[in-house]
Amino acid sequence: MKIRDHSELFKQQDYQEQFERKKEFENPWPAGKVKEISEWTKTEEYKELNFKRENIKINPAKACQPLGAVFCASGFEGSMPFVQGAQGCVAYFRSHLSRHFKEPFAAISTSMTEDAAVFGGLNNMLEGLENAYALYKPKMIAVSTTCMAEVIGDDLNAYIKTAKEKGVVPHDLLIPFANTPSFVGSHIVGYDNMLKGILKALWAGKKGESNGKINIIPGFDTYTGNYHEIKRLMRLMGIEATVLADVSDTFDSPNTGEYKLYPGGTPLPDAMDGVNALATVALQKYSTVKTTDHIQKEWGQKTLTLSPIGIRNTDAFFAELSRLTGKPVPSAVEAERGRVVDAMVDSHPYVHGKRFALVGDPDILLGMMSLIMEMGGEPVHIVCTNGDKHFEAEANELLASSPFGAHGTVYIGKDMWHLRSLLFTDPVDILIGNSYAKFLTQDTGTPLVRIGFPLFDRHHLHRQPIIGYQGALNLVTLLVNTVLDELDRKTEGSASFDVIR
Amino acid sequence: MSTKIKDTQKMIEEVLSVYPEKSKKERAKHLAANDPTGQCSTCQVKANVKSRPGVMTVRGCAYAGAKGVVWGPVKDQITISHGPIGCGQYSWWSRRNYYNGRTGIDAFGTMHITTDFQEKNIVYGGDKGLDAAIKELHGLFPLGRGIGILSECPVGLIGDDIEAVSKRVAKEINIPIVPVRCEGFRGVSQSLGHHIANDTIKDYVLGKGTLEKTTPYDVNLIGDYNIGGDAWASRKILEEMGLRVIAQYTGDSTINEIGIASKARLNLIHCYRSMNYICRTMEENYGIPWMEFNFFGPTKTFDSIRKIAARFDEKIRQNAEAVIARYAPLMNKVVEQYRPKLEGKKVMLYVGGLRPRHTIGAYEDLGMEVVASGYEFGHNDDYKRTYPELKEGAVIMDDATLYELEEFTRRLKPDMVGSGIKEKYSYHKLGVPFRQMHSWDYSGPYHGFDGFPVFARDMDMTVNSPTWGLIRRKK
Repeated sequence: MKIRDHSELFKQQDYQEQFERKKEFENPWPAGKVKEISEWTKTEEYKELNFKRENIKINPAKACQPLGAVFCASGFEGSMPFVQGAQGCVAYFRSHLSRHFKEPFAAISTSMTEDAAVFGGLNNMLEGLENAYALYKPKMIAVSTTCMAEVIGDDLNAYIKTAKEKGVVPHDLLIPFANTPSFVGSHIVGYDNMLKGILKALWAGKKGESNGKINIIPGFDTYTGNYHEIKRLMRLMGIEATVLADVSDTFDSPNTGEYKLYPGGTPLPDAMDGVNALATVALQKYSTVKTTDHIQKEWGQKTLTLSPIGIRNTDAFFAELSRLTGKPVPSAVEAERGRVVDAMVDSHPYVHGKRFALVGDPDILLGMMSLIMEMGGEPVHIVCTNGDKHFEAEANELLASSPFGAHGTVYIGKDMWHLRSLLFTDPVDILIGNSYAKFLTQDTGTPLVRIGFPLFDRHHLHRQPIIGYQGALNLVTLLVNTVLDELDRKTEGSASFDVIR
Repeated sequence: MSTKIKDTQKMIEEVLSVYPEKSKKERAKHLAANDPTGQCSTCQVKANVKSRPGVMTVRGCAYAGAKGVVWGPVKDQITISHGPIGCGQYSWWSRRNYYNGRTGIDAFGTMHITTDFQEKNIVYGGDKGLDAAIKELHGLFPLGRGIGILSECPVGLIGDDIEAVSKRVAKEINIPIVPVRCEGFRGVSQSLGHHIANDTIKDYVLGKGTLEKTTPYDVNLIGDYNIGGDAWASRKILEEMGLRVIAQYTGDSTINEIGIASKARLNLIHCYRSMNYICRTMEENYGIPWMEFNFFGPTKTFDSIRKIAARFDEKIRQNAEAVIARYAPLMNKVVEQYRPKLEGKKVMLYVGGLRPRHTIGAYEDLGMEVVASGYEFGHNDDYKRTYPELKEGAVIMDDATLYELEEFTRRLKPDMVGSGIKEKYSYHKLGVPFRQMHSWDYSGPYHGFDGFPVFARDMDMTVNSPTWGLIRRKK
C-alpha cells in the first residue's frame, strides 16, 4: 500500500481542486496583482524602500541573550541552566537547541507570572532553587534572566544570597549568575555574560601556581565537531587544555540507553583551575569580549583571540599557540594542512570568481569570508544582524586585505529580508546561512550552503568540525559540491552535463 | 476502588516522594489514576493552575498560545512579534501550519517579523516605534490584509498602549490592526494566550468580510491549524459530505475567512481547548451552534461524520454514509497492514490541546493501548472529556515535569511515547521509541482518511525501527 504524506498528497488533483474552491472564501488578490507585487519586490526601487526601514526586522538572523546564556551554562559538569523569568522563554530555548542539535536540553524556569510582575520574583527564585536542587541534584545552578525579570529589576545577587541564608539550597552550592536582558545584544552577548558570571563565581579569588595549561573558550559555537576537534588538536600539540564551557557531551552524547541529565561538561575543578592557566585562547571574538576582558583584568592572564576557520586563520592559530607554549607544530598537523591545501588547489576552479552572499553570526562570517577569498571566491553581500561597529570595521579590513574582497559590502543590523533585495538586485552564485536562509533560496534560486545556527532542516552538519585544517576541508567539500550540484542542475539535459568535473 | 487504581496511586506516590513538601503536595493534585466511570473522588486532577518554579515544566506562555497557535497561521495577516528578538525567533515556522500563497507577497506565514526591542524601547516605550513599524510593513507588503501585534513580556510591563496605536494607524492605512495582549507572563500557560487571541478575533475581525451567498450547509472548521496539512484532509471529508466550509480557524486561513465565519450554520470544533471561546462567542452573538468532533482514526472519524451529518438534512446523511462506505475498505486495508505490527503496544502521551484524548481512538484502531495521558495546559473540561476515553488505572498527568515523565516511563515501560520536541531526544537516549505529537514529527497529515495511513505508517516506523535494537545498553 502506497502511503502518501504531505510531500506528495497535496499535489493530487482532488486537493488542487479543493484549494481552488477555497479561494471563494479567502478574498484573494487577483493573480495579476500578486505577480505585479512579486516582480516589484525584485526591483531597485523596492530595495531602497526596504533599506529605509528602521523600526522593524524581517527575518533577522539573531536570537536573544538568555539562549546564549543557557547554552553556555550547560557546558559545565553537573550544571543546570536556570532562568529567572517567565516560563515560555525556557520552553523556547529548549526547543530551539533541541531542534538544532537533535539532543535533549534541560533548563529550568522560575515560572514568573503576573504576581511576580507586581511583587518581584524573589519567591519564584527561592522555590525554584529549592525544587531544582531537590529534583535534579545539580552541582551548580547557573542563573540567567528573561526580559521580564530585567524589566522589573530583580536583584539576582540579593535573591541568591537570601536563598542560601534561608537554607533552600546548601550554602556551598555554586550559583553563578548573569543579567541577560533580551533587549540588549543577542545570543552571543548572553553567552559572554554567562561565561563571565560563571568564571567569576568559580574563581572567587583563589589564584595559585601556574598550571601550565591553556584555557580554550570556544564561544557560542554550535558545532559539536569543533569541540572534539580542538581537543584532538591540543593533544596533537601536546598541550594540556581546558575547554571552558565544553558543551560537546551536552549536545553530542553517546546513546547508551540511558538519559543523563548531566552528560559531561567542563569538570568543575578544571574550570576553577582556569585562573592558573598560562593563557586563555578564545576561538571567537564577538561572543567572548567581556569574558576575555575579565580574564585579563581580574586574573591578570594573557588572552588571545584566534578563530581557526580557513587556512590562514588556522596557520595563525598554530603559530601563536606554538609561540605561547614553546611547543612546535607537530608534523601530523603540517600534513593535515598539506592535504587540505591540496584539496583546495584541486577544487579552486569551481570556487574562483564565484560570488557569495553570507549571513550569520560575526565570527563565523569572518572565518567564512577568509576561507572563500583563499579559494578565489568573492564575498559580495555580508549580512550580520547582530554585528556591531567593531565587526563592521574588522570585516571591511578583511575585505580590503584581498583583491577578492573588492566587491564586498558589510551590512550590520540588517536582516534576511534586506538580503533578499540584494540577491535580486545584485545576484550571487552561492548563499551561506542557516536553515532559515532556505526561504531566500526559494525566492531567488540562489543555492544555499548551510553553515551557522540554527541548522534545523539538515541532520548532523554540526557534528563535523569547521575549525582547523580538517574543518577547512569539510567546508571546502560543502562549498565545492554545492557549486557542482548547482552546475548539474543547470546543465541537466545539455551537453555540459559532465561526468567528470 | 479497584486494585488497578490503587496500584497506580501507589506508583504516583512513589514518584512524588523526592519532591520538597510544598511542591509534593501541589504536584499530587495534578497526577491521578484514571477512573473512566467518574465515581472515584480522588481520581480527578487539578488543572490550569500555576506551574511550580524550578520543576522544569514543559509549558510555554500566552504569547506561544496567541502567536504560535491562533494568530500565526492566518496567512494574509502580517504578524508582528512585538518586543525583544527572541520570542519570534524561537516560534519561527516551528508549528508547520501549512498554507498556500506567495510568502512575502500575499502571505506571511513563514516570516519572522519583530520590532526587536532595544533598551531605549524599554526606557521610553515602544509605541512610537510600533506606529512607524506598521507603516513600514504596510509599505513593503501592500497585499497584507491585516496586521497583528502580538505582545511580548516587556510591552505589558512598561505600560505601552498598543490598542491606541492600532486604532490610530488602522484608520490611516485602512486594514484591520489587531493588538493582542499576550505577554508571556499572563496566565499559567499557552492556554490564556488562546483565550486572549480568541477575544481579539471577536473584537477586531469577526462579522466583517465578504461572502456573496450563504447556504444551509455552511460550516466553519474550527481549531484546526493545518499542521502538515491536517485541515485540508479534514476539509476534504466535510466537502465530500456536501458541506461548504466557509472558514478555517486558523490553518491556511485568511482575514476574510476569520470575518465571515459568523455567517455559518454550524461550528465544527476539533481543538476544543484553543478555540471553544470563539465558538461560545458565535453561539451567543450569532446563534451559531457548535459541536466537537474527532477525525483521528477511522472509528472516531466514522462516528464524527455521522454525528455531524445528524445536524443536517437527509441528503447530507446519505452523503455521509456514502463517504464512510467509500473509505471503509481503505481504512480496513491500513488496519490490516499495520495492526499486526502494533497490536498490544503500550503508548504514553503527553501533549497539548486535543491530542491527549483525540488520538486515543486512532491508537486503538491499530490495537495499541494508551496507558498514560496528560495535557501541558488542559483545563478541567479537557480532563472530564478524557477520563472516559482511557482505561481504568491509566495515569493522568497535568503539567508534568521532565522528572515525572522519566519516572512514569521507567515504571510503565511504554512501547512508545508521544510528546514534544523537548521530550523527544531524552527518550531517544533512553531507547524508548518516540514520536513528536505536536508537529507530527515533520510528517502528517494525521487527520481524516488521508491522514490515518500516514499516522499508521509513522507509528509503525516509530515502534519497529531497527535502530532501537542497535543501542548497546550499559549493564
